[in-house]
Amino acid sequence: MTIPLDSAAKLLGLLASGELTARQATQASLDRIAATDPEVGAFTFVNTEAALAAADSIDQRRRDGQPLGVLAGVPIAVKDVLCTTDMPTTCSSRMLENHMSPYDATVVARLRAADAVIVGKTNMDEFAMGASTETSAFGKTTNPWNPSLTPGGSSGGAAACVAAGDVPLSLGSDTGGSIRQPAAFCGITGLKPTYGRVSRYGLIAFASSLDQVGPMAFDAVDCATLLNAIAGSDASDSTSLPVETPDFTAGLDRIEGELRIGIVKHHLEAEGLDPEVRQAVDDAIEVFRDAGAKIVEVELPHSDYWVPTYYVIAPSEASSNLSRYDGAHYGHRSPVAASDAGDRGPLVATYCRSRGEAFGAEVKRRIMIGMYALSAGYGDKYYVKALQVRRLIRQDFDSAFQNVDLLLGPVTPTPPFAMGEKIDDPLQMYLCDLFTVGANLAGIPALSMPGGLTSNNLPIGIQLQAPPLQEAKLLQAAAAFQRATDWHTKRPL
Amino acid sequence: MLSVDQPYEIVIGLEVHVQLRTTTKLFCRCATQFGAPPNTNVCPVCLGMPGALPVINEHAVQLALQTGLALGSTIPPMTKWDRKQYFYPDLPKGYQISQFDLPICDGGHLTIADPADESQTRTIRLIRAHLEEDAGKSMHDEANGRADSRIDLNRCGTPLLEIVSQPDMRSAAEAKAFLTELKLLLTYLDVSDCEMQEGSLRVDANVNLKIEKAGDTIATPIVEIKNMNSFRAVERAIAHEAQRQYHEWEETGLTIEDRTKRTFGWDDAAERTVPQREKEEAADYRYLPDPDLLPICLSTETVEATRAALAEFPAVARQRLQADYEIKAYDADVIVNQGRGVVEYFEAVAKGSGDARRASSWIQQDVLRTMKEQGVGIGDFAVSADTLAELLGQVSAGKLDNARARDVFQHLLEKGGSVAEAIKALGIESVDAGEIESLCQELLDANPQVVEDVRGGKMQAIGSLIGQAKKKNPNVNPKQFREICLQLIESAG
Ligand SMILES: [Zn+2]
Repeated sequence: MTIPLDSAAKLLGLLASGELTARQATQASLDRIAATDPEVGAFTFVNTEAALAAADSIDQRRRDGQPLGVLAGVPIAVKDVLCTTDMPTTCSSRMLENHMSPYDATVVARLRAADAVIVGKTNMDEFAMGASTETSAFGKTTNPWNPSLTPGGSSGGAAACVAAGDVPLSLGSDTGGSIRQPAAFCGITGLKPTYGRVSRYGLIAFASSLDQVGPMAFDAVDCATLLNAIAGSDASDSTSLPVETPDFTAGLDRIEGELRIGIVKHHLEAEGLDPEVRQAVDDAIEVFRDAGAKIVEVELPHSDYWVPTYYVIAPSEASSNLSRYDGAHYGHRSPVAASDAGDRGPLVATYCRSRGEAFGAEVKRRIMIGMYALSAGYGDKYYVKALQVRRLIRQDFDSAFQNVDLLLGPVTPTPPFAMGEKIDDPLQMYLCDLFTVGANLAGIPALSMPGGLTSNNLPIGIQLQAPPLQEAKLLQAAAAFQRATDWHTKRPL
Repeated sequence: MLSVDQPYEIVIGLEVHVQLRTTTKLFCRCATQFGAPPNTNVCPVCLGMPGALPVINEHAVQLALQTGLALGSTIPPMTKWDRKQYFYPDLPKGYQISQFDLPICDGGHLTIADPADESQTRTIRLIRAHLEEDAGKSMHDEANGRADSRIDLNRCGTPLLEIVSQPDMRSAAEAKAFLTELKLLLTYLDVSDCEMQEGSLRVDANVNLKIEKAGDTIATPIVEIKNMNSFRAVERAIAHEAQRQYHEWEETGLTIEDRTKRTFGWDDAAERTVPQREKEEAADYRYLPDPDLLPICLSTETVEATRAALAEFPAVARQRLQADYEIKAYDADVIVNQGRGVVEYFEAVAKGSGDARRASSWIQQDVLRTMKEQGVGIGDFAVSADTLAELLGQVSAGKLDNARARDVFQHLLEKGGSVAEAIKALGIESVDAGEIESLCQELLDANPQVVEDVRGGKMQAIGSLIGQAKKKNPNVNPKQFREICLQLIESAG
């Protein structure tokens, strides 16, 4: 039989009925990785032995009639920004090459508790900084739709492995669009939950007030199943929200009540929005209109400030979060510093050399922007000002959601772009986040789903955004869209 | 305080770091216990491991609140956490979680006895008190020509309250008086054990001089003397620094406008302050509100409930002991300055014996002297308050004289047991009046010169007979003996 690595729901059915064992599913996943990954390069580490052992244990417990978790036997990959005790956690950086975390991230512990089989860690932009997975220190990931294209970033590996059919599910992290943009580029469904809905404990921080872990899968139903497993408050994360976790898979077969969908005209007329992307958004609007939704135009008056605000706040927090990588306690320590400290003395030489050697260009760039924005005399001008604008951005969303249930629009200004196309032009790269960073600044949930193909047969993503804690609404709408369309079933050739 | 000897006034502001008495650290559940083997009381959070997140220890906030209320601080309804960023090997995150612009305690004051005139008081104003985490400890092993540096991170994350005074102190003696009173208050409140040799109370002093010259007042550049861990060191360092600054000014003529604040250390062995590093410009800590922690909001109810439950302050205890027990201000001071344990002991003895003044004098002399000799605190003192109360009660009732009572006290110290047992063991029996009378008569007959002297008005002549009486019967009460002798002489006259 063919093992359906594209659908967690189907896989769970076969596992539950006994038609398939967890070992068979896991082995199929490992075999698929072996076949695809030499070209795709989605994985930084594949945990063959541990995954098979976990699968065997699940099979044994199933045979013994013991209770099993909600993802029992489903292979899953996690972005290498999440701490794991049994695999290195590198953030795709030389700084943490071979770093073994002494603890599991809360979401990883929840995956284990749900009896998911973690097959490996996925490639990413270094410390999650980038929109193409080209800044990884351990090699690029290619887009399974076309190896000359990037898979997007920073969760490029997590998106590519799902698109390549290696695993039905993966976990990514989203600071400014890092789940949604690669999901769009790879033709899968990805959800950035409400800030605080999912624990950040064990998620290696890029920008703490923006980071959020979220599910990536072929469709909305699988995203909901994965979100069920990872969501919920966590005593180890002070910013996790003390709210009940609903069953996100319940009611996905219908939309409750009249759905009012907001369109931001300003975004659809944005300079640089690719016509094919624009067309896909228009088509998606029609799909929802046909399904009975009411389409309403709304304003987000401060959306021109999203990218500048984001590129002050995110690097500021990043410069602070990355201070701990100083060559003293763990991670890369320059071997040169001790023997040839120069005028600066061994301590300062250790800091400078270790950081100089192990951080890539993009990470250094953002650390410098952040240090500058926070430095004496500039803090008020940049950082404090950015926080003020951030409040206005949040108010924009609050006002918009007075009149609509969801916002619909593009995920990215363009379809997937070529390797090397933007890597030397940081400003072009930063503009990839044009439509996605608003949700991070406002802390609201947002989802990317396949909404079309370009004339070159490349995926185009559609973004849905919802008020805080309305993930269920997002998933319902996405599931309805996926019943009405077949874009999510398209596969790379 | 200008004089020929000291042609300047010293201006002193203190920063006192107090380790709060919590069992666990400020942001994790590791023990704060002192003296554990290096790097054993640590976890991913206090080690600053990638992905780990802080969670506030509510008890530390409560202790800080108690301290602030006792110091008359204003407690703002909202206080937040900030990152103070600098690189140092004993600071694993590359930043210290502290409070920058919104500390938990605002303002306040502490009233001390004026060391220049004990009958007067001085009020030292406080700027603020804020919570922060402690850093680790670097140990440099330069033995055998090596330059090994080892880092112990056990202390990382230990809760500190930094109490910052206004530059209101004008002498080293005032600084010492401030610290003594502050330490007493903190131990009364039980918010810190203030063990200076364990680093639970550390002091930085900001010192400069005001020099009168040709009708002008010149201020010398400020020097911060760091990390002193004994009151003696503080006193001597300030005194030394004042002289050093005066000489420096005589040589260079530099004033506060010419030079930014410098950091000095105190070399105890050499008894001098030594420059640590030149701060060419104010350090740029690039403060950032910590996005991993929520602000603390203290309700009026919480603040008022804490205020109502506060322990008695030393200043209040001094007044109360004078009023309730009719003891002198000096005596109340001595007792209160010994700490809350001695106050409680005194009150129990005063009430139990019914003789507060005798209790006060015994405690100040016999009890405190013995405690000092034995190096024990009142909690470990061998004679309980009830036992001492019983003993003093017998003295007041005339059943024992002071000398015999001291014998009993000594016996109780050495052997323990009850007062009755001690009296029995020492062979003390009460002597009946008839027996004393015949002894008096016997000695008066044998010493006619004494009788002459007494008749001539030299009452103290009887003193020479007391020793003889004691030899014949050690249980004779000298006071009783004297009275009976006088009666006999009078009646014979
Ligand atoms: Zn800890």
